[in-house]
Amino acid sequence: MATATAQPVERENYLNKHYGVGSWLLTTDHKRIALLYLLSITLFFFIGGFFALIIRLELLTPAGDLVQADTYNKLFTMHGMVMIFFFLIPSIPAVLGNFLVPIMIGAKDLAFPRINLLSWYLYIIGGIMMLHCMLTGGVDTGWTFYTPFSTAFTNTKIVEAGLAIFVAGFSSILTGLNFIVTIHRMRAPGMTWSRLPLFIWAHYATSIIQILGTPVVAITIVLVAVERTLHLGIFDPKLGGDPLLFQHLFWFYSHPAVYIMILPSMGIVSEIIACFARKRIFGYSFVAISSISIAVFGFLVWAHHMFVAGISVYAALLFSLLSYSVAVPSAVKVFNWTATLYKGSIRYDAPMLYAFGFLGLFTIGGLTGLFLACLGIDVHVTDTYFVVAHFHYIMVGGALMGYLGGMHFWWPKISGKLYPEGWARLAALIVFIGFNLTFFPQFILGYVGMPRRYYQYPQEFQVLNVLSTAGATVLGVGYLLPMIYFLWSMRYGKPAPDNPWNAAGLEWKTASPPTTYNFEEEPVVTWEAYNYEEIDAGHKEEVPVVG
Amino acid sequence: MAVHGETHNPALLHHFAEPQQQRDAASLGMWIFLSTEVMFFGGLFCAYLIYRLKFFGEFAAASQTLNWQLGMTNTAVLICSSLTVVLAVYAAQHAKRAMLLGSLVLTIILGFAFLGIKAVEYAEKFEKHHVPGPSFQFENVKVPTAPGQPERFANPSHAQIYFALYFVMTGLHALHMIIGIGIFVWLLLIAWKGRLTPEYNTPMEIGGLYWHFVDIVWIYLFPLLYLIDLRK
Amino acid sequence: MFDNFPLWPDRASTAAGNVDALFIFLIIVSGLMTLLIFTAVIYFAARYRRRQGVPAEQIEGSTPLELTWSIIPLGVFLAIFFWGAVVYFKGRTPPRDSTEVYVVAKQWMWKLEHAEGQREINELHVPIGRDVKLIMTSQDVIHSFYVPAFRMKQDVLPGRYTVAWFRATKPGIYHLFCAEYCGTQHSGMIGSIVVQEPAQYEAWMSGGTTGPLSATGEKIFAELGCVTCHRSDTQGRGPNLQGVFGKPVLLEDGRTVTADENYIRESILDPGAKIVNGFKPVMPTFQGIVSEEQLNALVAYVKSLSKPGAPGPKTAAAATKDSKAPTKGSQVE
Repeated sequence: MATATAQPVERENYLNKHYGVGSWLLTTDHKRIALLYLLSITLFFFIGGFFALIIRLELLTPAGDLVQADTYNKLFTMHGMVMIFFFLIPSIPAVLGNFLVPIMIGAKDLAFPRINLLSWYLYIIGGIMMLHCMLTGGVDTGWTFYTPFSTAFTNTKIVEAGLAIFVAGFSSILTGLNFIVTIHRMRAPGMTWSRLPLFIWAHYATSIIQILGTPVVAITIVLVAVERTLHLGIFDPKLGGDPLLFQHLFWFYSHPAVYIMILPSMGIVSEIIACFARKRIFGYSFVAISSISIAVFGFLVWAHHMFVAGISVYAALLFSLLSYSVAVPSAVKVFNWTATLYKGSIRYDAPMLYAFGFLGLFTIGGLTGLFLACLGIDVHVTDTYFVVAHFHYIMVGGALMGYLGGMHFWWPKISGKLYPEGWARLAALIVFIGFNLTFFPQFILGYVGMPRRYYQYPQEFQVLNVLSTAGATVLGVGYLLPMIYFLWSMRYGKPAPDNPWNAAGLEWKTASPPTTYNFEEEPVVTWEAYNYEEIDAGHKEEVPVVG
Repeated sequence: MAVHGETHNPALLHHFAEPQQQRDAASLGMWIFLSTEVMFFGGLFCAYLIYRLKFFGEFAAASQTLNWQLGMTNTAVLICSSLTVVLAVYAAQHAKRAMLLGSLVLTIILGFAFLGIKAVEYAEKFEKHHVPGPSFQFENVKVPTAPGQPERFANPSHAQIYFALYFVMTGLHALHMIIGIGIFVWLLLIAWKGRLTPEYNTPMEIGGLYWHFVDIVWIYLFPLLYLIDLRK
Repeated sequence: MFDNFPLWPDRASTAAGNVDALFIFLIIVSGLMTLLIFTAVIYFAARYRRRQGVPAEQIEGSTPLELTWSIIPLGVFLAIFFWGAVVYFKGRTPPRDSTEVYVVAKQWMWKLEHAEGQREINELHVPIGRDVKLIMTSQDVIHSFYVPAFRMKQDVLPGRYTVAWFRATKPGIYHLFCAEYCGTQHSGMIGSIVVQEPAQYEAWMSGGTTGPLSATGEKIFAELGCVTCHRSDTQGRGPNLQGVFGKPVLLEDGRTVTADENYIRESILDPGAKIVNGFKPVMPTFQGIVSEEQLNALVAYVKSLSKPGAPGPKTAAAATKDSKAPTKGSQVE
């Protein structure tokens, strides 16, 4: 090797310890499994995103002229199913959670590494089933597959799609199970509950929802499959069944599911804000408790999706009241994050820009939840684009921005490389602008009356739809950029130091990337979480290491 | 050096600091898994509750067509099998090899007995055309009533809902039994190879938890499905 | 606002104003909250930008602050809940003596029948200033009757009736949308609500009809033989239906239920479900024999028997003799 500067011999880490496809497909290393998930969920993200693109293109014009009605119905169904079950639900827990949970608590791996691998395989099997279903005809019921349309009327592949989700659901359950046992039983000495990073609290709360909620949608899918195959009447009114029973069973999971999607992202935001403001999160205990509260209260509000479905007025009153209770812990978090900025020492690196984006977009999305929980307003805006805008603000503006922020924050740790900071800041800005342009007009569209799942619409809705599609194009560019430069950085990025951000947390005490067993010797924790004062006191000059 | 009752792959032990931690993790993991099973069956119990309240007469009429004696036998079979499981766990903890192997074998036999009786019941349902679907029939069956009240016939569609729930609930339970038998066959194999010792018998412990859970589900299913209203 | 680019829906019912007021209140509250958070974040981000030699100040938290910003928002939320609940409750309680319109939804059209007998497809004519109650059911899957200009939406279910009401205030033609995904032509299942001045509406009404819905129901009642058991005296094998609608009914198992539209419907389709005290369960089911429209007519007829001065059911012969127009037939459309 005749190079001008001597290249250091590459240190052994989890990436280079073993080579070969077998070493990846049979790994039990939580970090490798995290990367396996990263590849798979990114693939599904772009599939779901592709469907969204066609949907938005169709909606450029009032007439249904790009695709046929049935095709459009399949597109929005598949967009929903893929994005929810194969992207959002796994994303942060399966990628960043798998990678970081053991390291953050000082453990060598999760409690059940082989079950972790099994989780990934179940996800892949479910994913292949879903892909096959989509390629051989797809489903057109909407991701909510309400009965009796899904059990007795549609001719599309409900049972297959349902089984795909069933299998993927077990992946989710096993991940949650693994995290709970790990967090309970494998914390390093000195890592008490009150010293846990808020990322861990968030994943703990998420895992509770995963284990208790997912089985209910699983059994609902079983009942739908049985009813559809044998022409039974469990949900069919013609045979004495009740279509509303389906809705209750479905939403009992699917509402808490949205908290599975947002809680991990909130955990990431806590980590990022603490690091880039150089201070402990304001109101640590309140933020930790609020995660658990959201998980618990999240199970009590499901019928707010059914205010006009035919439930009794009294049930509606109860669920509306409860829905406001679950808004309080979320608001508390936003206030605490904001208060953390007060008298901080703030840098605007890309992860922090994503965290700011999260704060803004989640605030708007969360506030629009107040509109929907309000009975008088919900009657008008439910099943319209107002709801579509609301949940995209939370899931894309919230969860996805958090995910991207986390990917940037921990990329040096995961890959051992630095991403290009300039491009990353640009991408964050493009995503923020594109996102608002795409989804804000949809609030207006909803209030003026455009229903959901429409592929043709009255002329007067066109301008807002065109704005939304324009934004979607910008947003798409914003998502492609990180794909490109993350890949680029794996080959051409600067090598990352162990702690490029001087961040607190056990993961930053490991190498970048870490060795297979994370720690040379078991850490003994004697410090509180987010001990930035100590960390910064040890550094006279702030040396910027990224950019 | 750590005590070597463990013959597991060192890598598995490696991420645990000590055997007790590994045991605790396994135990907590199984309890959490069982809680997911509670939620899984819970959805079915919820549907059952709602329709029983709505169609009590049909549910009673349909329930009376079940063979409660066979169901009762199965209940006894499962309770006995839980006893043999407890004995197996005890035997493993006290290095009583013969007792361990015997208890495991008995458990498996009782498991098969349960499935066998279930198969007989299912066959009976086939013959009577009580299997939901195109060939379902439930004509001219009187709804059991209190004396002095007018009689009426059961609505077949509503009775079909009962049978749908019956088959899904007992079928799901039977599936869990089959998986349980599989687990116990594996336990028998590793016990035979001497891998269950007082120092390390975690598989036995958590396998036992699973079996007890499946038993408890049946304890709920039996009265709800078989014993609704025995007045004729 | 702008014709081609509306930013606000038309306001054409009494409810619209209430919903809009609530909505605007929420916009203000959210706007203030957004402004507060955004200002704080941007200000802090700028003011506390990293400077050499100025460390961050570690602040653990402040329980009083936490309580304040939990309790005050909760208070605001409860106020919003309460206001919303009031608006909702009003919207789900049709006034007495509302004019009734029966709606049958099917893939992918709306069939409407006024109590006076006019039938419409995908269109509903109503006069301003009158309370209109929609009694709705679906022939197949779940649909949803949505009129943005009225701020009114109600899912329409197979197997039972759901109810919605409105009072139109502004003449015009307003969108009717199906708002619950129902298959291929879900986005084509749209129509118009035609709100007219009373005089215009009367003119439209008198343009040909088969007679009031309840009269159609009376004929079906006779044709199907209901009148044989449900006589207008106490000798029948079935209860006398005069004055039954809207009142409590004692069942033979001791329960008491109210005879509303769903009860009448269930009694026809699944008579064994609720037996009236003192009667035997001998009524046959008419599931599959009556269409949704015929059910609506029968319900309208039974309702009419509770109006003061209503004559009792006539025999089959008498009913046919009295009818003005031939039956439309009993096939499902």
